[in-house]
Amino acid sequence: MDDTTGQLAAAVENAGTPDAETRLELYRLMQSCRVMEQRAYDLFMQNLIKGTSHLALGQEAVAAGFGAAMRDDDYSFCTYRGHNHTLVRGVSMTAILGELMGRECGLLSGKGGSMHLMDIDKGAMGSYAIIGAHMPVAAGAAWSAQYRKSGQVAVCFFGDGTTNIGAFHESLNFAKIWELPVVYVCENNLYMEYTPIAQVTAVANPAADRASAYGLEPVVIDGNDADLVYAVASAALEQARSGGGPSLIEVQTYRHGGHSRADPGKYRPDEEVAAWMERDPITIYRARLLADGVDESSIAEIEAEQAARVDKAEQMARNSGPPPLEIADTDLWADGSSAWRC
Amino acid sequence: MALLSYREAVSAAIAQEMRRDELVVFLGEDIAAAGGVFKTTEGLLDEFGPMRVRDTPISEQAIVGATMGAAMTGLRPIAEIMFSDFFAVCWDLVVNQIAKTRFMTDGQCSFPLVIRCANGGGARFGAQHSQSVENWAMAVPGLKVVAPSCAADVKGLLAAAIRDPDPVLFFEQKSLYGTKDDVPDGEHVVPLGNARVLREGSDVTIVALAAMVPRAMKAAQTLQDEHSIAAEVIDVRSLVPLDTTTIFTSVSKTARLVTVEENPRLCGWGAEVSSLVAEELFWDLEGPIVRVTTPHVPLPSADALEDAVLPSADRIVASVLQLAD
Repeated sequence: MDDTTGQLAAAVENAGTPDAETRLELYRLMQSCRVMEQRAYDLFMQNLIKGTSHLALGQEAVAAGFGAAMRDDDYSFCTYRGHNHTLVRGVSMTAILGELMGRECGLLSGKGGSMHLMDIDKGAMGSYAIIGAHMPVAAGAAWSAQYRKSGQVAVCFFGDGTTNIGAFHESLNFAKIWELPVVYVCENNLYMEYTPIAQVTAVANPAADRASAYGLEPVVIDGNDADLVYAVASAALEQARSGGGPSLIEVQTYRHGGHSRADPGKYRPDEEVAAWMERDPITIYRARLLADGVDESSIAEIEAEQAARVDKAEQMARNSGPPPLEIADTDLWADGSSAWRC
Repeated sequence: MALLSYREAVSAAIAQEMRRDELVVFLGEDIAAAGGVFKTTEGLLDEFGPMRVRDTPISEQAIVGATMGAAMTGLRPIAEIMFSDFFAVCWDLVVNQIAKTRFMTDGQCSFPLVIRCANGGGARFGAQHSQSVENWAMAVPGLKVVAPSCAADVKGLLAAAIRDPDPVLFFEQKSLYGTKDDVPDGEHVVPLGNARVLREGSDVTIVALAAMVPRAMKAAQTLQDEHSIAAEVIDVRSLVPLDTTTIFTSVSKTARLVTVEENPRLCGWGAEVSSLVAEELFWDLEGPIVRVTTPHVPLPSADALEDAVLPSADRIVASVLQLAD
């Protein structure tokens, strides 16, 4: 699976295992994502979350690996499948669940919903629900960081389906010619919504096989290996921060469920699903930590802590009322109003 | 006062604001080394350097997306979309991302950005480089929409747009680039949302925008000279925010309203103005509201055809006379 070549590949090769503290943090982040999204699923089943949602159960190692490697003031941009990418920036779980449930305590006071999570104070620069739209926006944030010499990096997550839309190609070219500090992360979960990505893409690796067209190193890694994701994230962030320009990383992963709430994912062969369930990133990582001598009690402590956290978050969200109706016409403009005449 | 062309006023405004604020940056196709395809941005690269005045590839989504990303992270970017018709290839970024994000995120961030473009007909460029699309933008919650009719307003309104904390789409009318008028010396800023009464009159209110303003003024002169009709002419200048106070004050006085729009007929900005006046000033009116627009067609290329479809001073005069009968 790991067929990378070049500088990033070498950096990943030489990275070694993250230190013990980082590994526990990776486990904690993955576990927090898992319990939150499982709870979101349950709340859907109880009709406490309306509308749609796109879960990333099974893809937690990607958000966790990058979340652990990023600096607090780095920027992250994600898609409508972005609950986890938002959470790992240190965003309140109560606020995320509250937003999904349309409550006053929601991250966006109920004005955005599942597909538009943002917490700008945490550098979580938004969840974008039109495929590819956030790729040039991330380039713009990177341009701003470059111009202000702030040392910040923008990380932009997207799915395999995004590689076939124009904004993907415009953004990679744009980021490269300006050598912008941006890391593009393609989470290849093998399906463009309901259709296998291989059926609708001219090349085998939808992101990496396009990289050379934009002067970028092709990188493909196992996205269910949190240590590996952390290593490639660290290398790509360092490259961007030190003026080495953008990168495009394809991480191979799999979503345990369907595309969205409405999709049971029945178009996927049972044996394929079973094989990927065997490769669940959290199960794998837990076993690896134990094999490497990590005390089981510290793992259990993280699990208990995150279970309690999600219980508390759910309770607080349930206790929160609906948003005040006045906010339906506020904050269109910077002055807080939505006035269009004077 | 200095006599400046509408074209020169663009670079004058950008330079004024870039000198004042280091966070103002500018990007677009052919805007730096080439000075713009309409020569509206000459001299900016020399004065401000390639980090602030940057040429881009032909990638409208990248241009507008990068503008958004820069605005939400502390810069005050100005983007150029060469022809307003090209908004169609990056409209998602404009309407779904830039316009909606502040509202959707409960006001977490604002977007102090300007997207300039060359809009409208009169240059014989044919249907894909000539449409007047300011009404597209007006229909989108979250966008401010400005369209100046003279060099002084280009400078003053563009400066105000750059300082504005919200996204502004700035429609320069390409047939006006060569027109010249007096522009105040020194720092010149015209606040957004103020229509301007250009000519006072008591018989009819003619409300116009951008290239339609000089035509409305010419029509008003003819109406006075040949028909003894005193037309009041208002340059709307900004569709969002819309200065209904100035328009309503005038219509209350004249009791008659004619809008002059370059956009195609259906859902043009004049329809909104007409609807507001009909709803709120109906009992002050002494006749039907009349809209003079480009017919509901794309713009043809040949000069004779283009001239035939764009509202002319003669057509404005004829419409007012019909109303007066």
